[in-house]
Parts: sequence; structure tokens; C-alpha cells
Amino acid sequence: MRDQLNILVNGKPVTVPPGTLVAAAVAQAGVSSFHTSVHHEPRGPLCGMGVCFECCVTINGQAYSRSCLTLCEEGMEVQTNG
Amino acid sequence: MANRRLQLEVTVVGAGPAGIAAACMAADQGRKVAVVDNSPWLGGQIWRASAHPGRGLAGHWINRLRQSGVSVFSNATAFAAPAPHVLLAETPDGVLELNWNKLILATGGRERFLPFPGWTLPGVMGPGGLYAMVKSGWPIAGKRVVVAGSGPLLLAAADGLKQAGARVSLVAEQADWGRVVRFGINLWQHPGKLLQGAGVKARLLGVPYRCGCWPVKAEGAAQVERVTLTNGSRSWTEDCDYLACGFHLVPNTELACLLGCAMAEGFVQVNEFQATSVPDVFCAGEPTGIGGADRALVEGQVAGLAAAGAWDQAQTLFGRRAAWQSFRAGLDQAFALRPELRELAAPDTVVCRCEDVRFADLKRCESLRDARLHTRCGMGSCQGRTCSAAVRFLFGWENDSIRPPLFPVRLASLTGESSPSVNHNLETPQPSNK
Repeated sequence: MRDQLNILVNGKPVTVPPGTLVAAAVAQAGVSSFHTSVHHEPRGPLCGMGVCFECCVTINGQAYSRSCLTLCEEGMEVQTNG
Repeated sequence: MANRRLQLEVTVVGAGPAGIAAACMAADQGRKVAVVDNSPWLGGQIWRASAHPGRGLAGHWINRLRQSGVSVFSNATAFAAPAPHVLLAETPDGVLELNWNKLILATGGRERFLPFPGWTLPGVMGPGGLYAMVKSGWPIAGKRVVVAGSGPLLLAAADGLKQAGARVSLVAEQADWGRVVRFGINLWQHPGKLLQGAGVKARLLGVPYRCGCWPVKAEGAAQVERVTLTNGSRSWTEDCDYLACGFHLVPNTELACLLGCAMAEGFVQVNEFQATSVPDVFCAGEPTGIGGADRALVEGQVAGLAAAGAWDQAQTLFGRRAAWQSFRAGLDQAFALRPELRELAAPDTVVCRCEDVRFADLKRCESLRDARLHTRCGMGSCQGRTCSAAVRFLFGWENDSIRPPLFPVRLASLTGESSPSVNHNLETPQPSNK
């Protein structure tokens, strides 16, 4: 297993150890707004356990992915929608 | 997308303490067992195996599960029960069709969130949720954190966050000091819990634990920067990078409701063998009452043995379970929500975050059904999982309508590509007449 994984968050390289959540990598990239609500308010993770859907981002082109339930993989491309 | 069909004697939903214990016990009895869980790890929220594999009780049970011969499906979200004895779960590779003889629901609980001005700002999170993500890499070192809300989870989360390098400035418990002390005194019946609590308290030295106070407002530009708290007579403001705020736990009962299990006061009703009102469906852990991992472990074991028909062995655990039921009752009493929390939301405070439904819009409604029809409250992507506990507390509304799919799923999962029977069975009522 690799010691470190390289992923892109909004095009910015982020290096994380295996076992890191995509949500955590997004936070490490300095992004606080993961998506915007239906009335365009900034939102970030609330429940951290797959319930609230406030952490949804686009992962490898798959829109609406829960970043709190997804572990980082080498080469992953993450796009926030905030 | 590939679809798989499995024939199982026992299917367990949820791989937390209750689900793992249930699966292990049923497998010990020679049953063919599968566990599905929607997360990538084993252990549920409380154990989260990826962070500390092999430690203590969690390690013991997770290793036991791995050696049990149980088929474990992580990243598998149960979303529909299209026919009796059939459960569908979505995985990244397609849909699992689980045909079961006995089903054990071990779906755990979630934090209860109550709306107050600013609670939708990024950086306001559940204490358990924030701590869980910190265990999986969320950067917290040096960050200022205020922990608020209610329940023993506040202390556990504050302890974990502090150990991870956070500067926890305050733990604000809404319950009054007297109630919390009485709960603490009653812990003598559970020496393990008492020691656990004492350890947490010792490590939290220097962090004030204040009872009888609660948050009234969070503020910040792009994310939370400060929180105003009150003790009912005096208000003050604390600067913070994160506000970890949750009001104890509520059970995940959506699947039980979908299956038609009888409920009582928001919890799944079970008999002494953890059997629900629906034949061949058992339930263990938080869905039957918020009582923590130790209680869930015992209930899970009883459910697993009962599902395997080992009634005598199940009975030997009744005594241990009874002790944890009193612990559960103590929790309910100590951390009951104070009525002042109903007054926190302002007219323009969002209550349903998915659909941005505000408190004033809901005040005009008479029921959750009415609110759905007029405001879309509870009809967004979380399907009311976040706001249903809030509107239950604020307005007394019960969520009486649970429909498939239980979670948002891919269209291919609903149409059952390459699986005509799934397609046929999913012709269930659509939510258009909500």
C-alpha cells in the first residue's frame, strides 16, 4: 500500500495518507463550502456520517457523492460546488 | 452495472457493535450470514475500524467478524424492500439483491440537530461527526472548538478532539447540573462506564464543562467564527473555528418503518428476543433505544442467537441486557431537552437544510404532511433525516411516511438493469402525492 496518495481538489494538489476521507482532503485544501443550498447558501459537512448530504461533491465526475463516506484514492479528482 | 442475487439465512443491516455481534452469533450457529453497511469501514460510527484497528473491544469484535465466515459488504446502502424477504442494497458495482430468511436491523443512530440562527454555516457540525472525520484526516490541530448541545457524546468528542490537537475552549451541556450529576452517581452500577467517564474528565482538565447552557446564535462570514451561548439569564460570545453542536442521538428507523415494524415513541418495538412486530425481522441497538455500544453489543448478540433459533443461549444474555436498559433510561432522563431550545429558531432560520425551508414557513403548517405539501420540508436529498428530529421536537410532528428509495440512488439501481425482477418489484407508490 502507498504511504501517501495524491489527489486534486478543485485542481489543487493535496497529499494525504491512506484512510483519509475525501471530506477531510477538501478541508485540508482550505475549502469550507462544499456545495451551495437550493437558495445558494454555502454549506459544509454537518453529520459526518452519511446522513445529511451536506458534504456532497463531485468525485471523478460522479456528481452528488458523499465525501464523508468516500476514502481518497490515488489520482482522484474532486470538485466542490460551493 | 452488475447486479448480484444472494440467498441468505440471516441478513444484517449495519456493521456497528449491534450488527457485528448479531452476525457473529448467527454465524457461530452455522447460519449463512451477510452484513451490509453503507460506510467503507467496519464498526459503525463508534468504532470506525480504519482509524484504530485491533484496539480493545472494537478490535476483538471486528476480528471475530472477519474470522466468522460472514459475507461483509461495505459501501452497500440498503434502499428498498420490494417484496417480502427481499432487500436491495446499492453498491459502487451495482445492486445487491439479498434474499433473507431472517433480517436483523442494526442501523444505529445519528446526532440530533436543532435549528438556531447560524447553524447552517460551514464549520457548525455534530460533535460525533466532527470527531469521526478527525479520525479520518480532517485537520483540527490548533483549531478553536466549542462543543455544545447534549449527551455523553459531547465529552467523548471533546476528549478526542483535544487529543487530536484541537483547542477546545468549552463544553456546553444544555441539561442542568443536577440531572447530569444524578446520572453520574447512578453510573456506579456500570463501573466500566464510570472509569471511562473519569478518564475522559481527567484528560479534559482545563476545559470547562458547563451544564445548563446552550448555543443561541452562530455567526461568521464564509464559515462560523463565533458562537453566542446563554445559561438562561446571561449570554456571552466565544470565538471559534468550529462549533461542534448536537443534541444527543436519535435512532435510524427508516428501514424498520419501511418494513412496517411497529414503533413506540420513535423507537422500534421489540420483544425479549429482539423480534419486531414483523415476522422474521429483528432489531438491535440504538433503533430500539439510545443506550450506547455496550447495550448494542448485548442486544445484537441476543438478536443473532434468536435469528438462528438458539433461544436458550439467547436467554442467558437477558440479565446483562437488563442492566443496560437501566443505563438507557438514565440517559433519557439526564439529557432530556429543555423547552427553551424550542425558542432558538428565528423566523428566517432554515429548519430543513436540503430545501431551505424556514421556521416561519413551517409555523403556518399543521403537520409534517401539510409541511411537505406546502414547503417541501423533509423532501430533499436527506429525506428528512436531519429535520425530522427537529420538527418532532419543535412542533410534535411525527414522520409517518417512509417510502423507497430510502436513500438517493442511481437511476440504474432503480430500473434494475440486467435484473428484470428487481425492475418489476420496484413499482411502488411514488412520492408525487405527498
